Amino acid sequence: MNYVYLLKRLVYMLAAVLAVSSAVFAITTLVPGNVANYILGTGATEERVAQVEADLGLDRPVHVQYLDFVGGVLTLDFGESFVSGQPVSEMIWPRLIRTLQLAAVAMTISIVTAIPLGIVAAAKRDTIVDQLVTTTSYIGLSVPSFVSATLLLLLFTSPPLELFPRGGYVALKNGVIPWLHHLLLPAIAMNTVILAYVLRQTRSSMVETLESEYIRTARLKGVAESKVLFGHAFRNGLLPTVTVLALNFGWMMGAVVIIEEIFAYPGVGEMIIQAVDSRDLPVLQAAILVPTIAFIIANFVADIVYTLLDPRITLGE
Amino acid sequence: MATDTSSQTESDRSPIPPVVWRLLSNRRVVIGLVFLVPMFVMAVLGETIAPHDPTNTNVQMRYDSPGGKFLLGTDHLGRDLLSRIIVGARTTLLIGFGSIALALAGGVPIGLAAGYAKGRTDELLMRLMDIVISIPTLLLGLLILAVLSSNVINVTLAIGIVYAPRIARVTRSATLSASEESYVMAAQARGESNTHILFREILPNVTSPIVVEGSVRVGYAIMIGTSLSFLGLGTGPPTPDWGFMIAEARDHIFQTPWFLVWPSLALLLTVMATNLIGDGLRDVLDPKETGDSR
Repeated sequence: MNYVYLLKRLVYMLAAVLAVSSAVFAITTLVPGNVANYILGTGATEERVAQVEADLGLDRPVHVQYLDFVGGVLTLDFGESFVSGQPVSEMIWPRLIRTLQLAAVAMTISIVTAIPLGIVAAAKRDTIVDQLVTTTSYIGLSVPSFVSATLLLLLFTSPPLELFPRGGYVALKNGVIPWLHHLLLPAIAMNTVILAYVLRQTRSSMVETLESEYIRTARLKGVAESKVLFGHAFRNGLLPTVTVLALNFGWMMGAVVIIEEIFAYPGVGEMIIQAVDSRDLPVLQAAILVPTIAFIIANFVADIVYTLLDPRITLGE
Repeated sequence: MATDTSSQTESDRSPIPPVVWRLLSNRRVVIGLVFLVPMFVMAVLGETIAPHDPTNTNVQMRYDSPGGKFLLGTDHLGRDLLSRIIVGARTTLLIGFGSIALALAGGVPIGLAAGYAKGRTDELLMRLMDIVISIPTLLLGLLILAVLSSNVINVTLAIGIVYAPRIARVTRSATLSASEESYVMAAQARGESNTHILFREILPNVTSPIVVEGSVRVGYAIMIGTSLSFLGLGTGPPTPDWGFMIAEARDHIFQTPWFLVWPSLALLLTVMATNLIGDGLRDVLDPKETGDSR
């Protein structure tokens, strides 16, 4: 029966991929100011517009273009770049892998710092420790990533504290240390908002769990406080955090645009900016869709993890 | 900590003054207002209170330090930073609050209709909203602006589209329970039109969660708006804009760090102030609601 749920969820995921592809198609094709004008800029002659439309197959009926586009997405074929003529899928995969590495490191940082801090804040609720952690996270929540990234870049990549390279990427096969050395600063920069967010969620759900009946019972039975915290409360208190982490993955997929631009990191985000600047529509569509699909998959995974962690939940009936 | 709001009762629906009073005795709201009101004054008065012309360049006075003729110093073109911060507040707040106003105008009717109609209509509308929500916010904003030309109106519109489905979701869930209430049945029995029931009967009773959701989103909307202008998809060079100022400041940081410091600080304080007010509103209006989803 669990497999039925899994299957249902898979079908739903596929439908979501189809739907967002349609949304991206709709926004890029149907919005006033058509594709040819977008490529040529305003003030292009009508003949030029007609010629570009014919070259790109944009003179075909909309439903043909739509089926072509969605069919392409499902077979991972995003067409060719207007600028380089290269197949977009070939361009995007190495970049996606780099972006996912950045997101993975950023996610790891937020998990290993925010969850323990959130638990500490909840356990020491209303003490000075809690207030310090809560206030700091509140400020963190208000720092846009382009501000934190710019400040970190200035502080840690120039003479007095030249601890990190200014940007770029070194492949993992060239060694873990140089790889991490390049990734660490952008990953930290991406974390200001997320870390604060995970911390606050962890704290509030732990506080809620710690106030529940079964925790009171455990305490009355004389269970040691550390065992109450990590044995009894931990698992239930962290359930909402799983969902929050998936949401944060979506947030990261947006933030990479900023972070990669600032740190000259050759990922999907940097590709989006290049595509916007050069008006390279197929690249833009793919570079927006691929991280979005990654986010949809992350939500799927989070759902599965959630059911695995909490056997009380049998979703899908 | 502010836990004194738990004594709230169900009865305070209509009287507005007590709510205002409760808001003004909430510490978060007060601290938020202390920072946000001056920002609003700057945004409204703009050029009239700016000590210099924000677009006036002066090559002799480039990279001036704070404290002299120019209170906060000057940028790489010798423009007065204080004046640019003051006038730039307008764009930032206009995009932040304007986009949420648009999101409310779009999201509330959708949420009301879905929650009241239930069944297939509800399913269809909410699945549509889910599609928009599953595209990461900044990416959706970028995509819309890449297609439209970027100016204040389009940036506001793009961010409004990003947040409307989130508003619709919250409105719908509040409407679901409100539409089961007896006053709705009574209105149906009287033969009132659907529009009347949605906007006159249900809407006044679901405003709290909507107001809370909207106010919490303003901070995010400001962040996205300034992020977009940081990426060069904002209002464009002549109009001062905090996000674009920070982008420009990156190249001149060794000549004057203040160029970067002031707009960053202004932005941080504004976002923090709106977050504080949003959380304060939640404490007062909707104390049960704790988590929010992006």
